Amino acid sequence: MSRLKLALYWASSCGGCEIAVLDLAEKILDVTQVADIVFWPVALDFKYADVQAMPDKHIDVCLFNGAIRTSENEHLAHLLRNKSKVLVAFGSCAHMGGIPSLANAFDREAIFARVYHETPSTDNPAGTRPQTSWTSPSGDLELPAFHDTVKTLDQTVPVDYFVPGCPPAVPQIWNVIQAIASGNLPPAGSIVGAGNKTVCDECKRVKEEKKVKAFYRPLQVKPDPQRCLLEQGLICLGPATRSGCGALCLDANMPCRGCYGPAEGVVDQGAKMLSALASIVDTTEPEEAERILKEVADPLGTFYRFGLASSLLHRTRMPAAAAAKEA
Amino acid sequence: MQIMEQTAPAADGAARQRIKIDPVTRLEGHGKIEIFLTEDGGVRDAFFQIPELRGFEKFCEGRPVEELARITPRICGVCPEAHHMASSKALDAVYHVQPPPAGRKLRELLYNAFTAGDHTTHFYALGGPDFVVGPDAPAAERNILGVIAKVGLEIGGKVIKMRAAGQEVVKIIGGKAIHPVCGLPGGVSKAITEDERQRIEEIGRYMVEFAQFSLKVFDQIVLGNSAYVDLIQSDAYTHRTYYMGLVNAKNQVDFYDGVVRVVTPEGREFAKFAPADYLEHIAEHVEPWSYLKFPFLKKVGWKGLIDGPESGVYRAAPLARLNAADGMATPLAQAEYERMFDTLGGKPVHATLATHWARLVELLQAAERTLELSRDPDITSPDVRTIPTATPDEGVGVVEAPRGILFHHYRTDERGLVKKVNLIVGTTNNNAAICMSIKKAAQALIRPGAPITDGLLNKVEMAFRAYDPCFGCATHTLPGQMPLEVSIYDAQGRLVHTLSRA
Repeated sequence: MSRLKLALYWASSCGGCEIAVLDLAEKILDVTQVADIVFWPVALDFKYADVQAMPDKHIDVCLFNGAIRTSENEHLAHLLRNKSKVLVAFGSCAHMGGIPSLANAFDREAIFARVYHETPSTDNPAGTRPQTSWTSPSGDLELPAFHDTVKTLDQTVPVDYFVPGCPPAVPQIWNVIQAIASGNLPPAGSIVGAGNKTVCDECKRVKEEKKVKAFYRPLQVKPDPQRCLLEQGLICLGPATRSGCGALCLDANMPCRGCYGPAEGVVDQGAKMLSALASIVDTTEPEEAERILKEVADPLGTFYRFGLASSLLHRTRMPAAAAAKEA
Repeated sequence: MQIMEQTAPAADGAARQRIKIDPVTRLEGHGKIEIFLTEDGGVRDAFFQIPELRGFEKFCEGRPVEELARITPRICGVCPEAHHMASSKALDAVYHVQPPPAGRKLRELLYNAFTAGDHTTHFYALGGPDFVVGPDAPAAERNILGVIAKVGLEIGGKVIKMRAAGQEVVKIIGGKAIHPVCGLPGGVSKAITEDERQRIEEIGRYMVEFAQFSLKVFDQIVLGNSAYVDLIQSDAYTHRTYYMGLVNAKNQVDFYDGVVRVVTPEGREFAKFAPADYLEHIAEHVEPWSYLKFPFLKKVGWKGLIDGPESGVYRAAPLARLNAADGMATPLAQAEYERMFDTLGGKPVHATLATHWARLVELLQAAERTLELSRDPDITSPDVRTIPTATPDEGVGVVEAPRGILFHHYRTDERGLVKKVNLIVGTTNNNAAICMSIKKAAQALIRPGAPITDGLLNKVEMAFRAYDPCFGCATHTLPGQMPLEVSIYDAQGRLVHTLSRA
């Protein structure tokens, strides 16, 4: 069998997925025993032009991390789809939009206005903004276009597999690489490198009856490190979130924020979490229930922390003119 | 490495050309360099462009402010600890709360261990190979494997172990090695056990030993070679700028806390201010050709991409921190600090490439501090957090990220929901200086009629590699070079040559 041709790419992301791959440490050398890495811009010296020159489907497996935020991200998604037999959405941003897709509550105009005008340290009397094309006295300079809406990888091109996590847990990355190397992959469209239960199933905390009379924010209380955080009134996305991370945040006495995405069979992680919360509110009075649920300070940023782009909401409504332009 | 020159049409006699380097790597993702040539083939202008923006300063609005310690680390997965800590400190300020001693020290311990790991991997895999293996060595050897060949096989294992050690401390205290979660207003979410403390102490001892070893390597291989010392001090890599860094009460380098000190290009104190007053001292300029802004000293003003005392351009990161301070906060590092400035002719040092040496001096301080804190009697105290009682309003948090000072500034409503966020991020501080350094190195290297060689590419890379672990920090454990492509255009903008690595 010929050696596996592997590619890794980052789009709109933080680099944490790349660091997670590097956290394989010595195992990286094992990867290079079975695979040739043919494209990895951060680590190896291959260029966009090298990818362009490859025959279609030349790459066996491409691990693609990052959301689709700019025209450059979009271009590379299409290019790597064409050149790869198997395209994997790697990490929360490629899988679900990730934290960058919280920006889908705003549009480009709002973001540019904040970053390049309103921020108090910005000194921009001329109202300058970055331009996709600008002629300097020396010559023309170009920048990729910044889209109004962040998309997931599979909202851009067809995707074969999804590896959840922000970042994917290192042991899970190793599992995925072994599965790829052995050709032992599940049917296309599957989630790989994760469990099929919920974070609650992995969480070692003692769970009793979930009845909550008030919700708290993590800064307001010192929770019992042995007991279920949700039972102590801290919103924890464990019940709505896929297992696989090892419940690391819970071990640090902090609630889950859902980076592994919707649990098996769950269509919308936020809707699932809302329904879970509604079921544990300890009252029969509708007004009381409403009061308790209103204590949830930021539903959008809490229930869709990592998955606004992939959720049923996708984004907030755009101003009509911008929406028409994007369409 | 080979340079491939594509055959191309003659440049119809026109001399004004353009060189494009695209992509360079890692700075919130991506970067590219455009160099424009003059009629006679000299360098007319250079642009370092950041083609990406994600908009954290907008989409953090509306979030419960304490969640920003878990959201803003996604600005950079290479140094999420820096954002996590700047954010945690901003949260203390927003809620007018002070962490108890153990809470504060656990943060500082996490942060120093992270800094030690990050500096190590940058030196050995990214910046170091240029010196240890040599700037003119074949590119195929100019990487961590080349370092191993030169220094000895055991070094590869040591670097991997050191990197893993830093990550392990972050995971013990922060919950996750990448994107830690422990920071809250008033402290951290959990205490550490005696077993964990002992493990961290063991790691701390290893880190100090490793840092000393690294300085010896630098001594023997770099300082022992006068050609390298000349290269470091050459004009091509020199800029006289202001320098900014965080200092403690004794004006010593401090990564986690303190006040901001700025020195002039002559080395005199220009300003010293509390982080909360940063807006009186720093402003950011916008250019149409980059998504990244250009911070400058407000009281000097933006004069463009030029150095000197009349220009508000300042520099941050290891060399700037050492220039801005009067010394180091730990004894072994202090001795190395003195030796560095003695060797390089006193303070301030303007040689950009000396940043690599400064980084190793900082590595030693971070390691010593990790060990000190692991032995601190408070460190295993269960009292790690003070629950805030004041009404939240506004606050600024500052730390020294490995690649420059980092400001987080939040304003909230009375429920602690975010109204406004402003961020000045590590490498952003150096944006102007990086542009200038590239231009200057290119000017020194690109000459009319002279062939463009691998050495040119690498030496242009060296001009900015010194600034920023993040440019290639992900290459830390892998052989590799910065991706680089040079396209040369004639005066009409037609492609004449493409040079790339194959």
